[in-house]
Amino acid sequence: MALETAYSDIGRLDLLSYKDTAVHRLDPRAKVVATMLFVVAVVSFPRYEVLSLLPFALFPVLVAALGDIPAGFIARKVLAVSPFAVFVGIFNPLLDPDVVRILPGTSVSAGWVSFASILVKFALTISAALLLIATTSFPGICRGLRRLGFPALFVSQLLFLYRYLFVLMEEAMRVVRARDMRSFGSRGTGPRVYVRIVGALFLRTVERAERIYGSMLARGFRGEVPSMRQERLRPADAFFVLASASFFALCRLVAVPDAIGRFVRGLAG
Amino acid sequence: MHMADALLSPAVGGAFWAGTAATIGYASKKLKDGQDDRKIPLMGVLGAFIFASQMINFTIPGTGSSGHLGGGMILAILLGPHAAFLVMASVLTVQALFFADGGLLALGCNIWNLGIYPCYVAYPLVYKPLAGDGGSPRRLFAAALLSAVAALQLGAFSVVLQTLLSGISELSFGAFLLMMQPIHLAIGIVEGLVTAGVVHYVLTARPEILEASAAAGPLPAGVSLRNVMTGFLLLAVVTGGALSWFASAYPDGLEWSIEKVTGKAELPGREHGAPAALKKLQEKTAILPDYGFRKEEAAPGGAEETPSWPSVDAGTTVSGLVGGLLVLAMSVAIGWAIRAVRKSRAGRPGV
Repeated sequence: MALETAYSDIGRLDLLSYKDTAVHRLDPRAKVVATMLFVVAVVSFPRYEVLSLLPFALFPVLVAALGDIPAGFIARKVLAVSPFAVFVGIFNPLLDPDVVRILPGTSVSAGWVSFASILVKFALTISAALLLIATTSFPGICRGLRRLGFPALFVSQLLFLYRYLFVLMEEAMRVVRARDMRSFGSRGTGPRVYVRIVGALFLRTVERAERIYGSMLARGFRGEVPSMRQERLRPADAFFVLASASFFALCRLVAVPDAIGRFVRGLAG
Repeated sequence: MHMADALLSPAVGGAFWAGTAATIGYASKKLKDGQDDRKIPLMGVLGAFIFASQMINFTIPGTGSSGHLGGGMILAILLGPHAAFLVMASVLTVQALFFADGGLLALGCNIWNLGIYPCYVAYPLVYKPLAGDGGSPRRLFAAALLSAVAALQLGAFSVVLQTLLSGISELSFGAFLLMMQPIHLAIGIVEGLVTAGVVHYVLTARPEILEASAAAGPLPAGVSLRNVMTGFLLLAVVTGGALSWFASAYPDGLEWSIEKVTGKAELPGREHGAPAALKKLQEKTAILPDYGFRKEEAAPGGAEETPSWPSVDAGTTVSGLVGGLLVLAMSVAIGWAIRAVRKSRAGRPGV
């Protein structure tokens, strides 16, 4: 992915995560737990299930709508990362010789059904992950991880990574632009120059880290980045987790589309 | 090369997450005991550096394709295994969140594949013994190259194993292996060369970096050889055991998969004889299905999954389709309705 596109995408997600909506106000731990339950539930379906997965779409749709996240942006990012899953999944139709009839009169290879299942699972899980970061600021997620039991050292350096992510990306963009302006045709785009760029960037980074450490020591750094926010679990958070978990369990254990379809057809005659 | 949620089963994803989380705890503990807080901003900023440098591409001479740095081996060589593992874990976490690279369940697998093998396998077993005390540039070069290749081969093999154990993809072990390993051999060579180049650059400019961060000094010659041999023996037993396990389950896996992969150029009608028979043979001799990984769970509630192919109860499936479409339509409608309400509320003055 081009550096500029990546930079603007991360920037946009980061901006979105600081909005103030009901979803954004939920505790990060609640959102992390709900998202993980969602992913596990979706992924636990056997490989020929497609239709029973569809009710799960309600979770990302609701989160995106209530959290005011642009749907097109999420969809574009899901498409952008789909190649690997498509590439592996595309072998299913080719390698699975069983045949299944879908509607009276049409029959497809079972491999297409499992491929469709992979694609649906992919879209659901990836959009859930994106919506997690879009509705929870990265420092919020780090605080949530800390309180869920991750080691302080790991979480602290995650926070540092986030703080300097944009700084380092901007430096990388400047270096790449300088290289591009000095490259004539394909000269300078090879590995030799790359090694020197990366090496120089590495040394600059280490020196910057030493300056950062010195200035933080001067401000009383003791190893953990303190946070002023008092985050306590509220009833809304518990309700969110319980409601989500119940919904996932229901959709996992009961074939909801089947039931609705039968009901509607019963009504129709 | 990142593993994706959609190709994982909860058991495999959960198992690797447990392993990754335990290793994160272990690495954090080792770092806490050893060093002062200086490492924290360093690791954080280096994580940002790895993240940014992964986006700078270079063209590989002669092929025209572009490559970029993975970073695991460089970090291990310059920071030591524990710090390097934590940095890789944090970079992958940021990628999983901001880029949805693979997914949140697969994050455990990805941290394992891209962190454990460079930091805790290739670095102590390949790099350290070969590089020795770091004095000879040629040994360093060879060590960096070989350890990067080894780490990537192991990572690719790991992806194949995770996919196979999850049972979502139809790719056979042999076919997938045939696709992944050669590609990652090439990637590993490129990564090894770049790693060697960057390490050489850094050590020429600031030689004290390696001494300041390395956990221990050079190993005595006798001990290192024994460690290396034990390590390789263990690796051989594990991979040999795993491979023979799969080999017994899939008697002609490689030839069959090659035939399948190249056979797809032919008319599809011809394919029904051999694969069906082989599949039956596999089912009879396969050990794995008893563990339940490859078997489909009976869908509780009798959803549209049919127990016997190819006959499908057309009535059930039609209901399922109708219901599925309705559910989708409802979800979309709910989403639109909420947004419309939001917009109209935002438009009103004084709100």
